Amino acid sequence: MLRLINLELQKLLLNRASKVLIFISFILPFTVLILSSIKINFFGFFTLELGELGIFNFPIIWHITTFFAAYFKLFFAIVVVSMIGNEYSNKTIKQNLIDGLSKKEFILSKFYTIVLFSLLATVLIGVASFFIGLYYSSYTEASIIFRETEFLLAYFVKLVGFFSLCLFFGMLVKRSAFALAFLFILYIFEWIVFGAATKAFTLETAWKIKSFLPLESMYNLINQPFQRVVMTKYPENIDMAYDYAVHWYEFAIVLGWTALFIFLSYRLLKQRDL
Amino acid sequence: METILTINNLTKKFGYLTAVKDLSFTIHKGNVYGILGPNGSGKSTTLGIVLNVVNKTSGDFSWFEGQTTTHDALKKVGAIIENPNFYPYMTAYQNLKLVCKIKGVDYSKIDEKLGIVGLLDRKNSKFSNYSLGMKQRLAIASALLNDPEILILDEPTNGLDPQGIHQIRTLIKQIASEGTTILLASHLLDEVEKVCSHVVVLRKGEKLYSGRVDEMISSHGFFELKSVQHETLVSYLQNNPDFLSVKEEGELITAFLKEPMDASTFNALMFEKGITLSHLVKRKESLEEQFLKLTDNN
Repeated sequence: MLRLINLELQKLLLNRASKVLIFISFILPFTVLILSSIKINFFGFFTLELGELGIFNFPIIWHITTFFAAYFKLFFAIVVVSMIGNEYSNKTIKQNLIDGLSKKEFILSKFYTIVLFSLLATVLIGVASFFIGLYYSSYTEASIIFRETEFLLAYFVKLVGFFSLCLFFGMLVKRSAFALAFLFILYIFEWIVFGAATKAFTLETAWKIKSFLPLESMYNLINQPFQRVVMTKYPENIDMAYDYAVHWYEFAIVLGWTALFIFLSYRLLKQRDL
Repeated sequence: METILTINNLTKKFGYLTAVKDLSFTIHKGNVYGILGPNGSGKSTTLGIVLNVVNKTSGDFSWFEGQTTTHDALKKVGAIIENPNFYPYMTAYQNLKLVCKIKGVDYSKIDEKLGIVGLLDRKNSKFSNYSLGMKQRLAIASALLNDPEILILDEPTNGLDPQGIHQIRTLIKQIASEGTTILLASHLLDEVEKVCSHVVVLRKGEKLYSGRVDEMISSHGFFELKSVQHETLVSYLQNNPDFLSVKEEGELITAFLKEPMDASTFNALMFEKGITLSHLVKRKESLEEQFLKLTDNN
């Protein structure tokens, strides 16, 4: 396993473009997080301090940071599709196989790298949230701090699932740019399915159907936190209540898709003549 | 003799097109094999199948008498296919390091093999800055990294200038002289003739000939003759049972031998018959003529 990760890291880190993108995808969410946590004074007109809103309180901070950090996954998604696209355009995939890498090992080396990256990103966000939380939060009892840390796990699974999807699209179309376009097409496709389902059944059923589709199921792992922030301000407003928790079946759907994407990538490679 | 690769009834179809048809041959240790055939005769497809990058339609092949899986066997094989494929943004050294990681070879081999192909002083240049000849040499260095049991080369001199071709051929001969088994696919006949001891001739995916190169050139050769007594000579040759056929092209007479005979014996014979020759050359048919005969007649 280490050999395969080592292989892939050499391919990625010696490439300037992917090195920069990896760096950005680690540093940018981190910077945004730090910036938003400090007190910003707009030329003496007013001060903006997001910490005052209570969004950096435990346990809601886990929800908020993972939700926003997840948007930065797009940078690494570019790295994932290009690490497949480059292998095809340089024909190095062929040479790798000739040199004695099996097709299974080829896919696994990409997948392990995805898992490793997702793990690092999760740890980084976890640590950053922890310290910002300690600084701002009104409650610092261990039982409250570590409540809802399942959002971190959800973040990790969400990243692995999304990058596996990118890996599959990369294998499918062999070109980085087209693979990214496919992501967008899938996004539209899910809304079309939703629209059709609304017509055929009820709105509720349509949402249920959509929650089984790849992108929506990944999104559902960490629901939007805005409503929740408002709820903490006006707890008496019961209409606002919604289900933001991370459920086991949400994990199951995303993990199911992940397994399917990796398996399909392998099948594609196995059946293809290079 | 130790068997390195056995191919049995291998067939590959691309849709309607049959690229390789019922192909069988065996590669033994220590020989230099050539796969010869016009463009599109299935050479690269055959190599692609045994190298695990093209899926076969039917038939089978086994490496090292079937004792290992194909991808493990490939760690004992060195192969380059058509164009050298490396990561353009890495240096030669970094590229070879990656190959070492795949094959499980010690990094100390890198400098040694770069030395053999004469790229040691350029090892820290990026692959994208290399000339085609250097890329091809780097590919050979990469294929040699694991001290392979067999070296597979697909059109190694394709697109090179004369110096480049010469360098690569010298390199191949040098490697062959050290006892490495080589399988060389080419459509360049003199290349195969100069380098190989055995040959497999393919046409449209079918095997036309497989065996030793010198046995393929099976005829006893022919004489090219000129004489003032043209008519006498022709009628003598036509009535001589030792000759297969006689061809006239202006003054030049070409007489094909049925039985072996050397030029001095023939000269003495002519002198005895009172025919004086102004021109006498004994030649053997080249592989090229033999190859064209094989690929045309079928």
